[in-house]
Amino acid sequence: MITFDSLEQMLLDTKQSGLPLWENILQSDYRAQNITREQSLSKMTGLLDAMIHADESYRAEDRSASGLSGGAGGRMSDYAKGETLCGPFLSEVMAGALRMGECNACMKRIVAAPTAGACGVLPAVLLPYARQFGASKEQLVQALYVASGFGMVIAHRASISGAEGGCQAEIGSAAAMAAPALVHLQGGTPEQMAHACAMAVKNLLGLVCDPVGGLVEVPCVKRNVIGAMDALSAAQMALAGIESRVPPDQVLDAMAEVGRSLPHILRETGKGGLAATPFAQQYAPKEI
Amino acid sequence: MNLFDILGPIMVGPSSSHTAGAVRMGSMARALLGQPPVRAQLLLHGSFASTGEGHGTHQALIAGLLGMTPDDERVPDSFALAKEHGLKFIFDTVNLRDVHPNSALIRLEGADGSKIEVAASSLGGGRIRVFQIDGLSCSFSGELPTLVVHNTDQPGCVSQVTGVLARRGLNVATLQLNRDGRGESAVMVIESDHVIFPGAVDEIRALPGILRVTRYTPEGMEEER
Repeated sequence: MITFDSLEQMLLDTKQSGLPLWENILQSDYRAQNITREQSLSKMTGLLDAMIHADESYRAEDRSASGLSGGAGGRMSDYAKGETLCGPFLSEVMAGALRMGECNACMKRIVAAPTAGACGVLPAVLLPYARQFGASKEQLVQALYVASGFGMVIAHRASISGAEGGCQAEIGSAAAMAAPALVHLQGGTPEQMAHACAMAVKNLLGLVCDPVGGLVEVPCVKRNVIGAMDALSAAQMALAGIESRVPPDQVLDAMAEVGRSLPHILRETGKGGLAATPFAQQYAPKEI
Repeated sequence: MNLFDILGPIMVGPSSSHTAGAVRMGSMARALLGQPPVRAQLLLHGSFASTGEGHGTHQALIAGLLGMTPDDERVPDSFALAKEHGLKFIFDTVNLRDVHPNSALIRLEGADGSKIEVAASSLGGGRIRVFQIDGLSCSFSGELPTLVVHNTDQPGCVSQVTGVLARRGLNVATLQLNRDGRGESAVMVIESDHVIFPGAVDEIRALPGILRVTRYTPEGMEEER
């Protein structure tokens, strides 16, 4: 059951309820699902715990079955120990995104957020955020409610499937869920969250899904990094009072339209873009 | 759609369709056999056949046959575990014609010699659909508790089975029935809103004309009763 079919409606409903946005999302959902508040909270806490566990399960020496993935998270962590281009916090975010993307490619247990291919974006911003700014587990769970509330509206108006809407629907959606979650953690308003979501979508609009060999590895793993950076920059813009000129719901509708317009070869078929490069041929799906 | 369709599932990577869904297909086939399989033939179709190796689809299917769920961290080690559990398996490819690209035909045999053939597709997001049992068409997802009854095609079978469910207060959500030909074998698929407990299965098993009864309980619903 869909709880909110537009961001405008979600914000209006929240205003009328007098509740914080995360709380309104929580209440609307457990009522619609006919479960208790405690059941919902315990499930969401379980997802956060699984993200933390997955991040800890990373081993830099692991390689994927194809040999295409592994080791990048370790390399970034090593680099982050020295003097880096982007500074310690952003380096940690990048390392986290790579670790989770590689965990997924190497058959570790991850949390699809919203998809397995985009599983690195949310933990990559939330876990280093908690370390840097001292956010509690409760606050992170609240942030996950914000993220999934925005994700529901994105799924309803546009798509969260690469086969349907290209990578903008996977990494783009993950970034657009993570951006308002960050705004929430920084004490921003629901309006700022909506603008953060919209700006994160706009900045990855049109991103194609072109996995080498049809595998969730190249470019998926590293695109988790750009998803996390997109979320951070969109959140920071929103917190600075910068707004999306195009109203947020119209941005999501544009995302849906762009997704529909993408040619078939650029929607998870492994036939276009990077998947069609000479390099990718050695990984091409077997002829059956 | 709810929040946990957006965040989650917790699953072993890399792909919800090629890995998580494949585990579910395996565990569904095991449930429909009604016992741990000792021999398995797995025929992969379409994208499962062409990209399955890189997605761990093979390990995922075997993990399901061993009774694992998509979030079981042992999924990548399923081949070794199969050896420990005495499950022998072979993989091949197949062209099932006009079916979903992520599909497989799974033939299983139990220790007592009973056999089943299950054809299913992985639809994305870890959701699956069984579309054939022992060559007979059907369509169900395993999202609801499901009862699968092999029976001889004779009058009264359906009413007797649904009678047992009614007496035990189990509401029938959907019912499908397909048969080979008049008077031959048939497969009945019943989805219920409630977990179908073993007592009901035993009672149905004892009815005349019933050849086999198996049930599938969705992950997370087991504790309900």
